[in-house]
Amino acid sequence: MSDRARDPPPERTDFEELEDADDLFPEPAATEESGPASLTAEDISTNSNGPKQDSQFDEDPEDLFAEATEEVSLDSPERDVLLSDGPSPAITPITPPTSVITPCLGHDDMFTHSSFDEIEEEEGGDLFDMHIAVSDPEKVGDGMNAYMAYKVTTKTPMSMFKRGEFSVKRRFSDFLGLHSKLASKYLHIGYIVPPAPEKSIVGMTKVKVGKEDQSSNEFVEKRRSALERYLMRTVKHPVLRKDPDVMQFLESSDLPRAVNTQALSSAGLLRMVNKAADAVNKMTIKMNESDAWFEEKQQHFENLDVQLRKLHASVESLVCHRKELSVNTAQFAKSAAMLGNSEDHTALSRALSQLAEVEEKIDQLHQDQANADFYLFSELLGDYVRLITAVKGVFDHRMKTWQKWQDSQMLLQKKREAEAKLQFTNKPDKLQQAKDEIKELDAKVQQGERDFEQISKTIRKEVSRFEKERVKDFKTIIIKYLESLVQTQQQMIKYWEAFLPEARAIS
Amino acid sequence: MTKEEFTKMKQELEAEYLAIFKKTVAMHEVFLCRVAAHPVLRKDLNFHVFLEYNQDLSVRGKNKKEKLEDFFKNVVKSADGVLVGGVKDVDDFFEHEKTFLLEYHNRVKDASAKCDRMIRSHKSASDDINRIASSLYTLGTQDSTDLCKFFLKVSELFEKTRKIEARVAADEDLKLADLLKYYLRESQAAKDLLYRRSRALVDYENANKALDKARAKNRDVLQAETSQQLSCHKFEKISESAKQELIDFKTRRVSAFRKNLVELAELELKHAKGNLQLLQSCVGILKGNT
Repeated sequence: MSDRARDPPPERTDFEELEDADDLFPEPAATEESGPASLTAEDISTNSNGPKQDSQFDEDPEDLFAEATEEVSLDSPERDVLLSDGPSPAITPITPPTSVITPCLGHDDMFTHSSFDEIEEEEGGDLFDMHIAVSDPEKVGDGMNAYMAYKVTTKTPMSMFKRGEFSVKRRFSDFLGLHSKLASKYLHIGYIVPPAPEKSIVGMTKVKVGKEDQSSNEFVEKRRSALERYLMRTVKHPVLRKDPDVMQFLESSDLPRAVNTQALSSAGLLRMVNKAADAVNKMTIKMNESDAWFEEKQQHFENLDVQLRKLHASVESLVCHRKELSVNTAQFAKSAAMLGNSEDHTALSRALSQLAEVEEKIDQLHQDQANADFYLFSELLGDYVRLITAVKGVFDHRMKTWQKWQDSQMLLQKKREAEAKLQFTNKPDKLQQAKDEIKELDAKVQQGERDFEQISKTIRKEVSRFEKERVKDFKTIIIKYLESLVQTQQQMIKYWEAFLPEARAIS
Repeated sequence: MTKEEFTKMKQELEAEYLAIFKKTVAMHEVFLCRVAAHPVLRKDLNFHVFLEYNQDLSVRGKNKKEKLEDFFKNVVKSADGVLVGGVKDVDDFFEHEKTFLLEYHNRVKDASAKCDRMIRSHKSASDDINRIASSLYTLGTQDSTDLCKFFLKVSELFEKTRKIEARVAADEDLKLADLLKYYLRESQAAKDLLYRRSRALVDYENANKALDKARAKNRDVLQAETSQQLSCHKFEKISESAKQELIDFKTRRVSAFRKNLVELAELELKHAKGNLQLLQSCVGILKGNT
């Protein structure tokens, strides 16, 4: 094959230069602002996915994380001091502690983009600088009553919390309890409440039984990351974050145990019955939509749902195949090493062992990439599929509200007709009764109409906020994901460049 | 199927066909070069006819009877091989080669199988990326927000990276998997050669014993002598050529591995660099737009 692509030297030196400095995008790092403090912490947690020992894309694992944690603790109290001085300024004073950030963030370029978004949001008046981390999963108890306790750490400069930074221990059912409380309070008036992560009986049983193997570790890590994303989404919502239940969840060290979230409880059964009833009702309600906006949006969300599910399935399949590729590459590496051992020509034997080493490193690369595929891309899609279900639920509530209003209106109509009929008979007391009922019903109809308008208004606001969030989320995470792909390719180049002279040296 | 899907499928099939074609061509080239380089085989008349005859050769494939014959021959050969393999060789060189080849053959077989599996996973991963690209494209065309351009760009990127990934898998197949498969069969052929030599050795020793017996009984001495001389001659000839062949085998092996490993590394580098460039430019554009 005359397919020998030799890149011209200048291109090569470019790469070498970059690799030496390990500083791919020097410009953005210099314009770093106070935003990243909370974001770096967020990204530590997102980056500490999968095997905690491996820092996925950096050559000095400890370095990356050590520096980042230092940053967080240095910065947030500083920012707390700055921000809690003023009650709630629309624009946060941006005093960049760049001297702390720039050196280490040379390789943390995934974070720069999200920090810009955060600044934008702050300047836009939506003061959001709360940050929540879920960490340190610990097994508490034994046998079938065992459960995992997670540490929930909140960092916030908002004055309504007693302190700027605090942490509590929570278990999974606590999260579910929080969600069910929020759902009962807010869903029916049109707020999109983020759905909690799903229960998994198989996963939890494995953990309870005490198997300390790879799959149960992965399960715990997956759950921890999902819980963190859930809490961040919940507090990003301007109304939900001020809810007393949420504040209690984040702050108080003792939380009454949410027994109603258990699958096999009476509350669980009640939920199932309600769900069935809802499904039937949905089919029978025929709403004549006066507002084209709602119809269009509903269609939009239906389409989005279908497409996201398809994409999610493809990404999950990719994760699976990449993991398989990693396993097979590892096996091939071992086999190549054995082949190198049995080869009696020394130079070739050495080259084969080098090949085995390269393949082993590449297998680790594939593993890391599969993790990135999963935690960045696949989980994002899964979250949005569930969120869209919540959005559809909110639209359904609007329909129910409309139905209630229409029902009371029809009742009023009937009562009015009955009253008209009574006018001609001589029953003054019954007439009075009818008049009273009519007055009552009238008030109810008015209330129904108000409710309906209110929920419609809220939904409009919520949907536009949701869409904005969606655009932002997708952009940030997809860019992060692409950057992870960039990292993988760069590492590959390094490995193969190291191997090439070895291969050439065979004589 | 829409027109775009059809053209895409056509392109994919063409790319696959091209990859398989490259593989087959390469294997045939290696085979012919090998035959041409061999001092004895290159003078074979069949070979000359093959190279020069400019009309259709009309080679007949093996019919059922011949295939059955082959099968039985194989069974007999492997049984015989076990018997003959037990004989210890006087010559160190051949003894060493025997043990070496046995081990090497097994390991090459293992490596070849694992390499094939690895390449298959690589191909299925690149198929997934293809599906992701088309889902993103649909999302991009449907979305009304800012995301639509974003999705379309990313979908385009994934299309291109998928092509590169598929090419990586194909090149790995071509350079590494085929190399290992070839040496799997070569080492098998070398083992067969050693087997034939051991067979000749056993025949030679049997002829010696027969000669001794004949001399002792003083019957058919001349016949035994001639047969002993024949088998001795055969054995020495085969030993000599076997030695030469095995040394050649080693040199060829080393140079083939070198060539293929170097080419593999270069191709991997080329593709990784191409991939990197695509990804970086896309990330740059996306970051610039947001």
